[in-house]
Amino acid sequence: MNRSQHFQDRFTQRHRKDRLFKSLTKVAMSIGFIALAILLTGILIEGLPWLSWDFLDRYPSRTPSKAGFKAAFWGSLWVIGLTTLMTVPIGVAGAVYLEEYSAKGRFAKFIELLISNLAGVPSILYGMLGLIAFVRMFQPTTDPTTFLGIQVPFGRSVLAGTCTLSLLVLPVLTIASREALKAVPDSLRLAAFGLGATRWQCVRHHVLPSAAPGILTGVVLSISRALGETAPLVMMGALTYVAFTPSTVYDPFTAMPIQIFNWASRPQPEFQSVAAAGIIVLLAVLLGMNAVVVLLRNRAERSKAA
Amino acid sequence: MKNPVIPRTVLEARNLSIHYGDSAAVSGVSLKIPEREVLAIIGPSGCGKSTLLRSFNRMNDFIDSCRFEGELLFEGVNIYGPNIDPVELRQRIGMVFQRPNPFPKSIRANITWAPRMAGYLGDYDELVERTLREAALWDESKDKLDKSALSLSGGQQQRLCIARSLAMSPEVLLMDEPCSALDPIATGKIEELIRGLREQYTVVIVTHNLQQAGRISDRTAFMYQGDLIEIDQTDRLFTQPAKKKTEDYITGRFG
Ligand SMILES: Nc1ncnc2c1ncn2[C@@H]1O[C@H](COP(=O)(O)OP(=O)(O)OP(=O)(O)O)[C@@H](O)[C@H]1O
Ligand SMILES: [Mg+2]
Repeated sequence: MNRSQHFQDRFTQRHRKDRLFKSLTKVAMSIGFIALAILLTGILIEGLPWLSWDFLDRYPSRTPSKAGFKAAFWGSLWVIGLTTLMTVPIGVAGAVYLEEYSAKGRFAKFIELLISNLAGVPSILYGMLGLIAFVRMFQPTTDPTTFLGIQVPFGRSVLAGTCTLSLLVLPVLTIASREALKAVPDSLRLAAFGLGATRWQCVRHHVLPSAAPGILTGVVLSISRALGETAPLVMMGALTYVAFTPSTVYDPFTAMPIQIFNWASRPQPEFQSVAAAGIIVLLAVLLGMNAVVVLLRNRAERSKAA
Repeated sequence: MKNPVIPRTVLEARNLSIHYGDSAAVSGVSLKIPEREVLAIIGPSGCGKSTLLRSFNRMNDFIDSCRFEGELLFEGVNIYGPNIDPVELRQRIGMVFQRPNPFPKSIRANITWAPRMAGYLGDYDELVERTLREAALWDESKDKLDKSALSLSGGQQQRLCIARSLAMSPEVLLMDEPCSALDPIATGKIEELIRGLREQYTVVIVTHNLQQAGRISDRTAFMYQGDLIEIDQTDRLFTQPAKKKTEDYITGRFG
């Protein structure tokens, strides 16, 4: 048979198109990379001279050279650590319920819609919610009383901040976890059920380990989001001038992005550099956390392949 | 006759109909499967063989659109009745799927996982060796029991899946075209295994391979468009089918 009768063999054209799209994707990638590089260099040049271990060990000050990041640094670590502890179990369990247990009817669709919408709600609204529900607990004052061993209302405390940020990132984490669970092939579940496993045994031993890398990606995204959020914390009344580190969850706190914003909005140019130094610390914490999760994820992937 | 005593009926379908949404996949099937029988189900693609097979251990429960009518008795009890625990049912009625679906774990863990979940009290090493031998996989896998099951070839994976089912000592084993991914040698091994299983187990096997049905089964059921056309002793069904449709199918005039 004569091939050219049946195929328009336009190899040159097809390969040219292939190369064109390769270049386009490269350009798209470069735009993001270059923007990030410019931003980072600017910040590093401005902030690095102000960075020292001492910077992490000082409280804020009116004098730029004496200003430190200690309160914000530890405040953020407290809030983010607790937020992680609170959201990961709830978000993953909620996703497991929706994906594995609940009937896939109209109600599930409705819940899914709600969650996607919640993930898109402006964060400042979560701040207002936090103020009303956690800081004041629908009361005019924040005078604390003890209820079941818990101090209520929470006031402008680490606990209130944690609850607010948890609500903020829960939808994100739930959606990411659901996607990860959805990607687990059904044949795996059927194999387990066909052997007489319960839903929980199947989820615990097969579905969750397979979905772990995807879930961890969701964890990275949500923690990073929580770490960078400023507006909801300001809205719920986190302090901007704090000269101590929290020692209990009922203590007031400030967070890194709040402190950075505070410095950046001052008139003295030196404070701009202090803010840059703060940004470097924030980015370092972010990268450190992501690195930990990526390591965990690689381990989960390896055990999946083993 | 092979069996002078009338054997006990293990599975019985009474006027079974199964729908996906509005379309019927199985309509009004009635049949009895006696103890220690190998029953082959044959029929053209899409005629409802897998659907019928899955209903025997309630694997259709996982398909939301699937509706079930009629009665299905296992040991005389309606398995779609109110007091039936599907988990227990599936421990007693095992299933091997059309596509090999080993767990992404070691070969050993594939076999021991389900027994462990069910609280198996025996010796696990013995269990692994016995089931792998039964599934004709022992020689190929005995040196790499702790390697990933995904490192096995497709045919080996399928034999592992069979070994995994045997590890639960099911009373009935449902097999959905278990040899469709296997070469003739592995298929031969599986067929030998099934012939051996007849001593202890009841086997229902869906197959597209008519010679295979002829080699391994006591009786054969022919399905067509959701109906059970004919069920009879295998040699009789293949040599003197009662229905025209059966004859057309086994002589290759359609399907
Ligand atoms: N999950 C499902 N959802 C909707 N319809 C389905 C589903 N599974 C099967 N069906 C339909 O039910 C009918 C019977 O399918 P079934 O898988 O039982 O056929 P089969 O005899 O096993 O075919 P094959 O030999 O190709 O495996 C088909 O028409 C198919 O389209
Ligand atoms: Mg089928």
